[in-house]
Amino acid sequence: MRPVFQYLNGELPQAVEAGGPASAASAAAAAASIAAGDAGGLGRRVFLKMSLASGFALYATGAGAQEAAGSAASAASAAGAAAVPEGLKPFQQPSAFVAIGADGVVTVTIGKIDFGQGVQTALPMLVAEEMDADWSKVRCELAPAGEAYKDPFFHIQMVGGSTSMKASWQQYREIGARLRAMLVAAAAKQLNTPAAQLRTESGSVVAPDGRRLGYGVLAQAAFAEPVPATVQLKEPSQFKLIGKPMNRLDARAKSTGRQDFGIDVKLPDLRTVVMVHPPVFGGKVAKFDPAAALAVPGVEEVIQVPLSGGASGLAIVANGFWPARKARELVKVDWDLDGLERVDSAAQLAQFRALAKQPGVSVQKADLSALGGAKPAPGRITAEYTFPYLAHTPMEPLNCTIDFRGDRCTVWVGSQFQTVDQAQVAGVLGLKPEQVVLNTMTAGGGFGRRATPSSDYLVEAAQVAKARHAAGKRGPVKMIWTREDDVRGGYYRPTHLHSVEIAHDGKGGVLAWKHVIVGQSITMGTPFEGFLVKNGADGTMTEGVAESAYPFPIALEVHHPKVNVPVLWWRSVGHTHTAFVMETLVDELARAGKIDPVAYRRQLLAKHARHIAALDLAVEKSGYGKTVLPKGRAWGVAVHESFNTVVAYVVEVSVKDGRPVLHKVTAGVHCNLAVNPRTIEAQVQGALVMGVGMTLPGAEITLKDGVVEQGNWNDYRLPIHVDAPKVDLHIVPSAEPPTGMGECGVPPIAPAMANAMAALTGKRVRSLPFPV
Amino acid sequence: MISFRLNGQMQQVDVPGDTPVLWVLRDTLGMTGTKFGCGIAVCGACTVHIDGEQRRACVTPIESVAGQQVTTIEAIGGDRIGLAVQDAWVKHDVVQCGYCQSGQIMAAVALLKTNPKPSDADIDAAMSANLCRCGTYVRIHAAVKDAASALA
Repeated sequence: MRPVFQYLNGELPQAVEAGGPASAASAAAAAASIAAGDAGGLGRRVFLKMSLASGFALYATGAGAQEAAGSAASAASAAGAAAVPEGLKPFQQPSAFVAIGADGVVTVTIGKIDFGQGVQTALPMLVAEEMDADWSKVRCELAPAGEAYKDPFFHIQMVGGSTSMKASWQQYREIGARLRAMLVAAAAKQLNTPAAQLRTESGSVVAPDGRRLGYGVLAQAAFAEPVPATVQLKEPSQFKLIGKPMNRLDARAKSTGRQDFGIDVKLPDLRTVVMVHPPVFGGKVAKFDPAAALAVPGVEEVIQVPLSGGASGLAIVANGFWPARKARELVKVDWDLDGLERVDSAAQLAQFRALAKQPGVSVQKADLSALGGAKPAPGRITAEYTFPYLAHTPMEPLNCTIDFRGDRCTVWVGSQFQTVDQAQVAGVLGLKPEQVVLNTMTAGGGFGRRATPSSDYLVEAAQVAKARHAAGKRGPVKMIWTREDDVRGGYYRPTHLHSVEIAHDGKGGVLAWKHVIVGQSITMGTPFEGFLVKNGADGTMTEGVAESAYPFPIALEVHHPKVNVPVLWWRSVGHTHTAFVMETLVDELARAGKIDPVAYRRQLLAKHARHIAALDLAVEKSGYGKTVLPKGRAWGVAVHESFNTVVAYVVEVSVKDGRPVLHKVTAGVHCNLAVNPRTIEAQVQGALVMGVGMTLPGAEITLKDGVVEQGNWNDYRLPIHVDAPKVDLHIVPSAEPPTGMGECGVPPIAPAMANAMAALTGKRVRSLPFPV
Repeated sequence: MISFRLNGQMQQVDVPGDTPVLWVLRDTLGMTGTKFGCGIAVCGACTVHIDGEQRRACVTPIESVAGQQVTTIEAIGGDRIGLAVQDAWVKHDVVQCGYCQSGQIMAAVALLKTNPKPSDADIDAAMSANLCRCGTYVRIHAAVKDAASALA
C-alpha cells in the first residue's frame, strides 16, 4: 500500500491508500527525491516538475513527442538535471522509466499494463540486463497514461496483438544501456578514472583497482549526466538475465493478498456505483421508480445516465457495493426497446448460412474450376464450421474509479488502452485528454476486454461522475460491474460461420479451395478501421486463412453482417476460429490422402523453417510415431502461427461418453529469443487451457429475443482445474528479436484435440464448442 | 453490532445482518485481499475459512458468522500450512493476473488441512471448485503437491 499521489494537481488526499501500481508517480517521486536532494518527502512542486522531466507529459498535447521532449529538457535543466540530446524522444529517456533509490533499489516503470502476461517482469529484465542491475533489487510499476509510454509503433499507449515484447525489445534495452552509460560517466568523475576503464556488474560500477560504487550512491549524479543519444547494446551471447527463467516480481504479493487491483482502490468519501443496464443492447430507460431502491440503507441516489451506443441506464450510488447491489433488484424500470434488433442465435446461424451462399467481399482470388465442370475431382470436402459468441470474463469484474472535479479528473482503471480511455473520458467530461490523469491499475485478467475502442465501461463511470458533479455532488465514485453485467454486457468474440469447399486429388494435392467466412467486423466503425480493414474485409477476421503458411490456392470471400451485439477481440482474435478450420482441414486432407498428418504438414510447410522447427520439436519430444499409446488413445497434431510466433501441439486424447479427455500436451514454440522462458511456459499453459475451454459444452453466449441467455459462470462455462492437461513445453532456441507470446498458445489446441477425436471416432468436429 | 473473530482479533461491525462477509471485509474493513468474482459462490475468488472450514464469503451473511473465527488470505501465512502453500505458490511461479489466487490458496490450505497427502485425483476434485481465467491450473496442481511434500 502506498499513497495515491498521482492527482493531476499533485494534491495529496489525506491518508489515502490505493493500489500500488497507481504510481509510476513513485518512480518520478524517487527521481524527484534524488534531483531535489530530498531523501524522504516529496514536495508537490518538485513532483510536478519531475513528472514533466520524466516525460509523463501531463500537459503535452497534439504536438506530442517534440513538445514533451522540450518540456523534459527545460524542466530537467531547471532541476539541474540531464541535458537531453536533440531528437531523443520521450520514450527513449531513462528518467521516464527508471528510478534508483539511495538503497540501490531500481524501480522500472513500464508503459504496459500487466494483467497476467508477465511484462511486469520481462520488461524490467530488458532494462536490468543492459544496466547490469542487481536483479534482487529490481521492482516494477505500471505507468499512468503519458506521452513517454505510448507504444513506439502504435503511437498510443496500449497492450494488444501480443506486441509488448516485440515493440519494447529495443526500446527498454536502450533505456537500460543509456542509464548504464550515465552511471559510468558519474562514477568516472567520482573515481577519477576514465569511463572506458570502468566496468559494471550487479548494481555497481567497478574500477580496475577494485574500487566500486553502488548504483544507489551514484544515482543522483548519474541522472544529471547527459543522456547519450546512441548506445551499444549487448550481443545475445553476453546476456546474463535475458533468456533465463525468472519468477514473476509480483509472485509474493499476489500469493498473499497484498497486490491491489483496480477494484481495490480506497479513497476518502468513495461511493460505489452498480449499474442497471438495458436487457437488449441499445435499450433506453422509458421511466423508472427508484423509491424502493432508495429505501435500502446506504443507497444515496439512482441516476439515469447515457450509455455507449445511444443506450441509457441507471446508476445506483451507495456507500458500498452490497447496498447498491441489493437496491438494483428493487428499482422498477420500463425500457424503451422500440426498433431494436432482437438477435436470436438460432435465426442468426440460418442468416449467416444464407449469406455464405451469396457473393461476398473478395479477399483473395484463386482458380475454382476444379470445383465444377464435367470432370469431378477425385476428392471433395464440403464443410461448414460454426463458432459462437464468447465472453472474455476476466476474473476481476470490470470496474473504474473516477474523481471528477469540474476542470480535471483522475481515473484509476485496469486499462489496456490508456490513450483511448483517457480521451474517451475527457470527451464525456468536456475536458482535454491532458486534464485527465489515468492511473493504470494491475488488472485481474483482460483477454482483450480492457481494450475497447468505445471505452464502454469507462464512459459509464464518467457519465455517472458528470451527472453527480452537475447535481453538486462531490467525491470519487467506483463503478463495479457485477459478473452478470459482464457476461451480458456484449463486446464478445463474434459468432462466425465458415463455409469451405475443397477439390483434391486424393493424394494430398489441393486442386481448388473456396472459403467463405461470415462474421461481424470487430473494427469497422472504430478508429482502428483504417488500419485493419482493407477493401471491405476486416483483417482481424481473416487472419490465419488469408495469411496461411500453407500453399493452398484459397479463394477467400467474407461477409460482415451488422448485428445488434457489440463485438471485440478475444485472446488471439481471428485465430480463435481460423486455426481451427485450417488445422482440421489439413488433417482431413492428410487422412484422405493416406498421408501421416505430420509428414503432410512438413511437406506443405517446407518453406517455413520456424513452423517446421516448432512442429519437429513437439513431435520429437512427444514420442509421436515412436511411442505406442495405450488402447483408446490417439494423437492429434496442430501447428499455427499467430502474432509472428509459431506454436505446435501434439496431444494425447481419449474419448469418454463422447467427450474428449485430454491427457497430455507436448508443445513446440518458436517465439525467436525467449526473454523469460518461465513466463513463456506460463503463457502457453494458460492459453491452451483457455483454448480447451472453447471446446467445452456451455462455452458459448447465446441470445433469444435480443436477450443474452447466460448470466454468470454457472451457465457460461469456463475450463476448470480438472480440464487442464499435463503440459510438456519446449522452446526452439533462437537469438532473433522476440515475437508475440500472450495469445499464440490459444489457437492450435482445439484443432489438435478435434484431430485426435477424428482419429478415434472417424467423425469430424465442425464446431466450437464440440457438439454434445 | 455483530461480533466475530477476524484473523485472531475480536471485530465488531455495524452493518445489516444480510451483508455478505465479502463486503464487510472489503468495504467496511478495507481488507481487499479477498476478491469478488461472481457473487454466487461459483468461482471461489472470495474463499475464506470460517472456524477452519472454507466458505464462499460472497454468499455468507455476516450475521451467520457471529461469534465465529474468520480467517482470510491476509493472515493465512501465519499458519504453518498456509505459509507452506504460499511458499509453494511463489516457488512454482503460479500467479498470472493473480486475482483468483487468494481464493485458490485458501482452498488449497483447506484441502491440505483435511488431506495432508492428496492424490492427483484429490487435488483435481478439490481445486476444480476454484476458477482461474488465466488457466494457471497446471502450476496450481504442482504447487499443491509440492506444499504437501514440504509439510510431510
